[in-house]
Amino acid sequence: MKPDKLARMANDIAHNLAALGDAAPAAIAEHLRHFWTPRMRKELLQLIQAGGASLEPTVVEAARAL
Amino acid sequence: MPLPKVIDYGTPLRESADTVTLTIDGRAVRVPKGTAILAAARSHGIEIPKLCATDMVEAFGSCRLCLVEIEGRRGTPASCTTPAEDGMVVHTQTARLAALRRGVMELYISDHPLDCLTCSANGDCELQDMAGAVGLREVRYGQDGRKHRTEAKDESNPYFTFDSSKCIVCSRCVRACAEVQGTFALTITGRGLESKVSTGSFDFLSSECVSCGACVQACPTATLNEKSVIEHGTPTGATITTCAYCGVGCSFRAETQGGQLVRMVPYKRGQANEGHSCVKGRFAYGYATHPDRITRPMIRARISDPWREVSWDEAFAHAASEFRRIQAQYGREAVGGITSSRCTNEETFLVQKLVRAVFGNNNVDNCARVCHSPTGYGLKQTFGTSAGTQDFKSVAQADVILLIGANPTDAHPVFASRMKRRLREGARLIVADPRRIDLVRSPHIQAAHHLALKPGTNVALINALAHVVVSEGLVREDYVRERCDLASFEAWARFIADPRHAPEASADITGVPAGELRAAARLYATARNAAIYYGLGVTEHSQGSTMVMGMANLAMATGNVGRVGVGVNPLRGQNNVQGACDMGSFPHEFSGYRHVSDDATREVFEQLWGVALAREPGLRIPNMVDEAQSGHFKGLYIQGEDIAQSDPDTQNVIAGLSAMECVVVQDLFLNETAKYAHVFLPGASFLEKDGTFTNAERRISRVRKVIAPLAGLADWEVTLGLAAALGYPMQYAHPSEIMDEIARATPSFAGVSYARLDELGSIQWPCNAAAPTGTPIMHVERFVRGKGRFMLTGYVPTEERTGERFPLLLTTGRILSQYNVGTQTARTPNTRWHDEDLLEIHPFDAEQRGINDGDRVLLRSRAGATSLRAQISERVQPGVVYTTFHHARSGVNVVTTDYSDWATNCPEYKVTAVQVTRTAAPSDWQRENAARADFLRRIERELPEGAG
Repeated sequence: MKPDKLARMANDIAHNLAALGDAAPAAIAEHLRHFWTPRMRKELLQLIQAGGASLEPTVVEAARAL
Repeated sequence: MPLPKVIDYGTPLRESADTVTLTIDGRAVRVPKGTAILAAARSHGIEIPKLCATDMVEAFGSCRLCLVEIEGRRGTPASCTTPAEDGMVVHTQTARLAALRRGVMELYISDHPLDCLTCSANGDCELQDMAGAVGLREVRYGQDGRKHRTEAKDESNPYFTFDSSKCIVCSRCVRACAEVQGTFALTITGRGLESKVSTGSFDFLSSECVSCGACVQACPTATLNEKSVIEHGTPTGATITTCAYCGVGCSFRAETQGGQLVRMVPYKRGQANEGHSCVKGRFAYGYATHPDRITRPMIRARISDPWREVSWDEAFAHAASEFRRIQAQYGREAVGGITSSRCTNEETFLVQKLVRAVFGNNNVDNCARVCHSPTGYGLKQTFGTSAGTQDFKSVAQADVILLIGANPTDAHPVFASRMKRRLREGARLIVADPRRIDLVRSPHIQAAHHLALKPGTNVALINALAHVVVSEGLVREDYVRERCDLASFEAWARFIADPRHAPEASADITGVPAGELRAAARLYATARNAAIYYGLGVTEHSQGSTMVMGMANLAMATGNVGRVGVGVNPLRGQNNVQGACDMGSFPHEFSGYRHVSDDATREVFEQLWGVALAREPGLRIPNMVDEAQSGHFKGLYIQGEDIAQSDPDTQNVIAGLSAMECVVVQDLFLNETAKYAHVFLPGASFLEKDGTFTNAERRISRVRKVIAPLAGLADWEVTLGLAAALGYPMQYAHPSEIMDEIARATPSFAGVSYARLDELGSIQWPCNAAAPTGTPIMHVERFVRGKGRFMLTGYVPTEERTGERFPLLLTTGRILSQYNVGTQTARTPNTRWHDEDLLEIHPFDAEQRGINDGDRVLLRSRAGATSLRAQISERVQPGVVYTTFHHARSGVNVVTTDYSDWATNCPEYKVTAVQVTRTAAPSDWQRENAARADFLRRIERELPEGAG
């Protein structure tokens, strides 16, 4: 999937779970495991490894739990 | 089957725990209190002659034919207007009554043409029947009544005629239009012999009539008669089946002559519609036999090649070899399937089974992805399952109705009639919609509040409503304490009480005045029974799932879940959206909404299907399109969907389809998607197969075969053929056996079978040992998840913003006469009402752009451009434009973007930043699309007629 699309989808999840505060990263990770294919999750990790500048910090934190 | 006689009780049957016992013609009769003598007699097999009475409307008492004698009472009261009472002794057949009835019939017949033998209602005419029943042998007044023969027959409506000369002015049509449909399009004008039914307009077509057919149904003579009956004669057989249009799921008697469908009549015992219908289900079935139907399988190597007609076996073999080649070359995950919300439960179950068991992945999705997937997510998070909470009848006990992002009079008309009836009885209505829909103000309907919010601000609105509930002490604390998760409630209450959610703070976001919003919140929260009904104006947003959770929060906080008259109710778009979701046509869930990672559930299916199943979620439809463009997804089996027209950002979808190496389309027609397909498998309409649909109230109803499949195979048989060619034969002799497998594997369907459906008429799931006859109302004593969970619903503005280039917001919707992308209705005479999509634009915005009503305009977004004609209207607010998406040539989804709901990827159809300018020509896309359409649809016919 195109990196910008993947990043936008991940950030959308982060923005909508932001109200959870400290619990947000865990909720984001659970959502990604629940609904994203392994390839999409892998590509998200690659995006983070490549810098992931456009990603919300909570997405980056969530990715550690994937 | 032979045409069974439909019993007309004359007046509505009443429901009451109290009963009365009386004697009619010497027989003891016991009926619910409030039942009229006419219905009491008929329900015990005693027929009293009648003309102006029918059980679809309240008694009128005008014809004086149903007179009876009651011991101890003077005169001969009309049995239709006289309630049965304890101890009454009623006589329905006496010499005095017979003389009176004959006299009445003489008067009627003196003003009625005696052309029975050539009349289209011959054999199906109550006037004719009553003349026989009362023993009419002469007409002392002669045959010189007014008769209205000089008046032209009104044939303007494409489906029925109005012949004034046959009219007996019983007012049944007028009352049906008012009481059943709630449109009030008809009236009686004139007096005495000059009395006649009038539309108040030049003719039926130009009137307020919505062609629901209730008047035709009510008419006792040939005055209002279906053109199909006039052409073919009266039907001789009937099959009870379920409509294939919207999520109301109306039951119909499909009436036939031999193998020909003559008419569809709403089935009185149908529990979803109780004898009512709309213009689509009642009349717009002609698409099923339209010449555009493709009835032979076809294949081609490249989309630039012409189609080549082949046998079923060759088509199956070709598709199977391509799918296997792709998987060998690109991997197991490179193929998938899309099931259809228009196909049956059994058919969608089979396609997801094929994907999981034969393709070996979870790349299966259905078109709920682009409509109600946020409902699934939101209601599961809060209540525990993806389902509306009520049956349709529940609305009759709602005191306040909060209608959000739905336009039921156009999109769910039969349910809208129920709703309007309740509103006429005094229930209050709150409409939250950017556009002034009909229910804001129409005959005998006036919304208490119209919250005309800006598109894209739903969550800010629901949070503001909830803020009022919490901050003004309107929470039903006893309910919350007993039924809900307290920790989640407390967190939510703190969150929602924050001043940023106050109506005064959010008014700038939503555009709704704080005072109006506070009043609406108080009305909802303080009602004895308050019910939420919603549609795609909730779900098709970047925060669709959040909004669903916000509505669930509001309903729980005010104690409005778990009894009759309340609830959170999605109005599902297509006939089987609920069913397609129930059947596991999602990339993350098996049937019954169980995640694919759940080992116990997977084991159930692995044992049933004899193969190991994948435990990771698969691709959603938009992901499939994106992954195709990335080169990872190469093959797709599409049953009954037209994603190249119905899904957003058309050019992106086409790019995805074009990047695939094998697209298999199974459909009635060579649709837009088929232009990019390599295999075409002819589909079967709902009239051509057996199965079940599940409507928006979780009601499972039988679909029964009325005519033979035009292409020889029903859709479920096509999937069996493909599976067998892929080396996985599935052994089912009939769809009932597929349902048996569904029941074995799905706890909420455990008690469902075709035998049980035949016995009960329909079943609302869950249906199992705990609920053997189904579940009309959900979450009655406890939520499916145990305690109801409040979710935090922060408002996140959509990224789709207006600006200098695109200063207007486009939102989309449906119109009554058309359905979705027009595959069906655009191939019927319904185009008489709507033959093109129009762009509604406010006079202020039109004036600024120099646009006049009817001008062709270019509608442009960052995704693409199309052109259509403008309709200047104050239904839309300044800054907002609106259109429908029913016609392929307008291609409105060329303009919509790929933004989607954060949780489900449901597209944000309802918010697109656009610019509108006058134009004289089609858009570039329209020109190119039209130019390549014929090229991509070429068929090279080789097989002789009858082969294949």
